[in-house]
Amino acid sequence: MGKTLFEKIWDKHVVRTIEDGPDVLYIDKHFIHEVTSPQAFAGLAKRGLALFRPDRTIATADHNVPTKDQHLPIKDRLSRLQVDQLIENCKNFGVELYGLGHPFQGIVHVIGPELGITQPGMTIVCGDSHTSTHGAFGSIAFGIGTSEVEMVFASQCLLQNRPKLMRINIEGSLNKGVVSKDIILYIISKISASGGTGYFIEFAGSAIRSLSMESRMTICNMSIEMGARGGMIAPDETTFNYIKGRHFAPSGEEWERKTSQWKQLFSDEDAQFDKEIAINAENIEPMITYGTNPGLGIAINALIPSIESITEEGERKNIIKALEYMGLQAGKPLKGMPVQNVFIGSCTNSRIEDLRLVASVVKGRKKSENVKVMIVPGSQQVAAQAKEEGLNRIFEEAGFEVRQAGCSACLGMNEDKIPSGEYCISTSNRNFEGRQGAGARTLLASPLTAAAAAITGVVSDVRELMEQ
Amino acid sequence: MEPIKIIHSTFVPLAMENIDTDQIIPARFLKATTKEGFGKNLFRDWRYENGEESRPVKEFVLNQRVYQGKILVAGKNFGCGSSREHAAWAIHDYGFTVVVSSFFADIFKNNALNNGVLPVQVSESFLQELFKQHPDASLTVNLEDQSITIDNTGQKEVFQINNYKKTCLLNGYDDIDFLLSIKEDIEQYEQQQY
Repeated sequence: MGKTLFEKIWDKHVVRTIEDGPDVLYIDKHFIHEVTSPQAFAGLAKRGLALFRPDRTIATADHNVPTKDQHLPIKDRLSRLQVDQLIENCKNFGVELYGLGHPFQGIVHVIGPELGITQPGMTIVCGDSHTSTHGAFGSIAFGIGTSEVEMVFASQCLLQNRPKLMRINIEGSLNKGVVSKDIILYIISKISASGGTGYFIEFAGSAIRSLSMESRMTICNMSIEMGARGGMIAPDETTFNYIKGRHFAPSGEEWERKTSQWKQLFSDEDAQFDKEIAINAENIEPMITYGTNPGLGIAINALIPSIESITEEGERKNIIKALEYMGLQAGKPLKGMPVQNVFIGSCTNSRIEDLRLVASVVKGRKKSENVKVMIVPGSQQVAAQAKEEGLNRIFEEAGFEVRQAGCSACLGMNEDKIPSGEYCISTSNRNFEGRQGAGARTLLASPLTAAAAAITGVVSDVRELMEQ
Repeated sequence: MEPIKIIHSTFVPLAMENIDTDQIIPARFLKATTKEGFGKNLFRDWRYENGEESRPVKEFVLNQRVYQGKILVAGKNFGCGSSREHAAWAIHDYGFTVVVSSFFADIFKNNALNNGVLPVQVSESFLQELFKQHPDASLTVNLEDQSITIDNTGQKEVFQINNYKKTCLLNGYDDIDFLLSIKEDIEQYEQQQY
């Protein structure tokens, strides 16, 4: 019987199996950041251990960092301590750090791919659930807790149970105004925020093949939002072309050797999945969420579901509670509703292509007076490229605030927060209560839909702006 | 890690589904560099009005004195969202040793097990039975025979846990001790593969 893409990579990384227990899985690359690593370093020191393979770990500072005046000391004392602790730990344990001030600094899931560190066939982990992003390159990438960070530090291995496998086939061509963020929000709205739990998901089909690497990353990034351990896409020419020539990409003979290996990374025709789902890309419209988990999403012109239409009691209670928090009414449209904030950024949508999408809508227009718009490139390299391409000027002329690289208002732990009670159309990944700041109300959407709201000041169908 | 064998305790019912780790411990409390002290911020934004400790939300279950115990019982898909282990630390630090739900998010489940918190997955009907119990009702969670029992009614369900993790919890072992013990295998693997 043939093997799935997942099985080919997993099997190659099993150091040994434990009977009626997990596999010992070797980890090729380990990304770390300031928030989920300090206790792991402390644990290691307490055991009197060094890093087993320090050259396989790469660090950056992203969650806590301000996105304004990064050349100045961090104002928030606790944030500063955490970032300083990372600097000290990396120095003491011999870990390469792309910290504030370094040209490679940025959101961990943006810098790994753009530096060519993320490559097909690898096992990649990080103490961050959105590590699934790297699966877009045909690698097994997943988020881990701090105890597991410590395990990788100590042994370059993890004890992992083999997950079940799901394949989601998306066939057909995308409608106008529909981008990869809409695909993933659509899928999660269909299978729910827990529909992927216990599974590793392979995304396949003609709609996926047609996507750029940036777009594929957005999809894999949010596979965790349906509970999946990770998402992945088989590598192809698009993948190889993206990697070629990047800072840490293989070159010369090594490139030839690697690409011939990478070309074997696909699910065999007779490979078996525990579950398969088929999606018709033509059914997907620009999406937006109305609730407090990413599964509560609708097409931009649709109505919020009526309470009566939800038959399952637990789900009905969830939606009533979510709508109360969001200050929204069941059965009503979202389109046309005023928003006070637009946030464009995060590991989901802060890459150069996302910025170009936003610029395509915004060029020559001004933002609505009623909204505050923050655009935060995912890395120093993205920021530099945006500037070079003249995107910054488009954003600044529109009245957007262009910030420096970091996680920013995605998670309300740095200075960038959405005020309590206000709405924010956000290109990030989570609309949980308080995620963007206590009391903040998040509407998840694509960079195009966010750009449309920035211009109109209300929830808008971007296709109407594209026609003008 | 403290070994876990039998936990006999009353429980705290939190009848909500999809409780994400941002609710268990909001991101602004993730700035600590040690594992201690997260319990006071467990469910912070549900526990207090505007996060002010002087203004507890009366209806919230952690603020109701009738509900006490080492066991937290919550709706399905508990611990979804962020991989922050701080969520497991907060639950442990608050004093819970067991979390019962009809469905757990994967990363949370691992994080709990790595911190001496036992996730007990029960059927939806058993979970609903738990939510109907009087605040005095106690539960017995027996890791050895993998069972959870409502003491006064005798209703019992068996839960799943793999043998490796079970042995670890029963003895208080952790995964790093194990991984360090197979270092030769790891080095051999590296030589073969790279």
